[in-house]
Amino acid sequence: MTGSDFTPTEMMTIAAARVLRNDDVCFVGIGAPSAACNVARLTHAPDITLIYESGTIGTAPDVLPLSIGDGELCTTALTTVSVPEMFRYWLQGGRMTVGFLGAAQLDRFGNINTTVIGDYDAPKVRLPGGGGAPEIAAHAQEIYITMKQSRRGMVDKIGFFTSFGHGEGGDHRQRLGIATKGPTLLITDLAIWKPNPDTKAFTVTSLHPGVSREDVQKTCGWTVAFSDNLDETPPPTALELETLRDLNARTEAAHRAEGDERQQDMVHG
Amino acid sequence: MAEFLDLKAAIAANIKSGDTVAFEGFTHLIPHAAAHETIRQEIADLTLIRMTPDIIYDQMIGMGMAKKLTFSYAGNPGVGSLRRFRDAVENGWPRPLEIEEHSHAAMANAYEAGAAGLPCAIFRGYQGAELPRVNSQITSVDCPFTGEALAAVPAIRPDVAVIHAQRADRRGNVLIEGILGVLKEAVLAAKRAVVTVEEIVDDLEPHPNTCVLPHWTVSAIATVPGGAHPSYAHGYYSRDNAAYLEWDRISADRDRFQAWMDANVINAGAEDFAHRIQHVRQAA
Repeated sequence: MTGSDFTPTEMMTIAAARVLRNDDVCFVGIGAPSAACNVARLTHAPDITLIYESGTIGTAPDVLPLSIGDGELCTTALTTVSVPEMFRYWLQGGRMTVGFLGAAQLDRFGNINTTVIGDYDAPKVRLPGGGGAPEIAAHAQEIYITMKQSRRGMVDKIGFFTSFGHGEGGDHRQRLGIATKGPTLLITDLAIWKPNPDTKAFTVTSLHPGVSREDVQKTCGWTVAFSDNLDETPPPTALELETLRDLNARTEAAHRAEGDERQQDMVHG
Repeated sequence: MAEFLDLKAAIAANIKSGDTVAFEGFTHLIPHAAAHETIRQEIADLTLIRMTPDIIYDQMIGMGMAKKLTFSYAGNPGVGSLRRFRDAVENGWPRPLEIEEHSHAAMANAYEAGAAGLPCAIFRGYQGAELPRVNSQITSVDCPFTGEALAAVPAIRPDVAVIHAQRADRRGNVLIEGILGVLKEAVLAAKRAVVTVEEIVDDLEPHPNTCVLPHWTVSAIATVPGGAHPSYAHGYYSRDNAAYLEWDRISADRDRFQAWMDANVINAGAEDFAHRIQHVRQAA
């Protein structure tokens, strides 16, 4: 395999996996972050500590969990603690080097909305809500965000501040007394973004192979800033692609097997 | 003191219309059978509390049993929306639903405060977040020693906690293992606690740090093998992820939802759970 044929989503997951270090203690969000964190663990970061909010510390799932509390996470974990302990001692206690989050709606300062579209009391779309994210965003030493680009998802103004990123930008975090760095990386299916050191607005620092500036702007709701030293993201290596595809295939097979076998068990309404 | 009852009697004796109830379980050990029995008994006007409302609260909300929901994540984990919850919040169907929304950290702290007999929980949270603007139950206090402003929320003190657990011994001591969530805190914070278990054993054989709820913290125990399905019981059966994926389809349509509830809840019973887990049963 040369690594020349890969999908944008695969590039996103692999680019996100690469930013994790072997000694990171990472609070893992479900979905895209979970895939990236496990690819990191299965490639260059075998000793990374992955933590899911269900209390599983140092977990090493063979297949990707559908939920943050699949049994696979617990059986492969170093230890499992209660949810109050997870949030009090381990997250609030400052033990997480990275919080890895997805986002329904994101603005250029890394503020995330997963609560509501429209008025809170009369919503157009009611989203699931924040879960662990508001405190992950404040207590993990830094935050990485990964999501696919779309004008619906990457917006000029988010509808609700579920999790605080850099607020209005600049030193807004410090003014609120938040000591951690906040969002330091955004990895999409098209590019890698980092906050401008002064304004804290996300700036594209690397385009994925074959992606143009126009592609990035077309799928983003704010006016995109590009770094003066714009890089091209190295394409996935054969090992990275194989690891991700094997993981996805194992995951699909596991969930499909459950589905096939259960057909006769419940009465379908 | 734990009373051994069948599920019907356990629910009837402990949950009344108008109660504040916490059916807990953080993905794991969700008391599906007990929730279905509560639906069958048409217990009404409940205030539901739970960090992750999940399918059972989607069902109870869709059946019009809930007047209020306190929660921190109302999604179908890894799948998407809870569609009956959304229909209630967005369209008031089948009745309007009052919501009190928190973060996970807040609810975990609030359960712990409830178990500890405190009136409120204090933690470092909600910094820069917007929920305090829309939830009057979120406020802050200044630390008397450092002056730091800390988040404060009221303790959770339900009338009833309902949980599922792996097993109980013949005196009614309950053992829980695997992902614990806030199960222990919910039971100790509540006035009454109903526990469904996979089985009753002679000896729990706990190691010194096993999570065991002494029998005198539990009101009623009912044996319901498979009673967490499609959630799971660590060591007994796995999470039926396909059922969670399928719920998205079932719950997307009001009529399909009602037909499914009639077939699988209203005209079914606690005894049906045992065969629903056959395909996800784990080797002992």
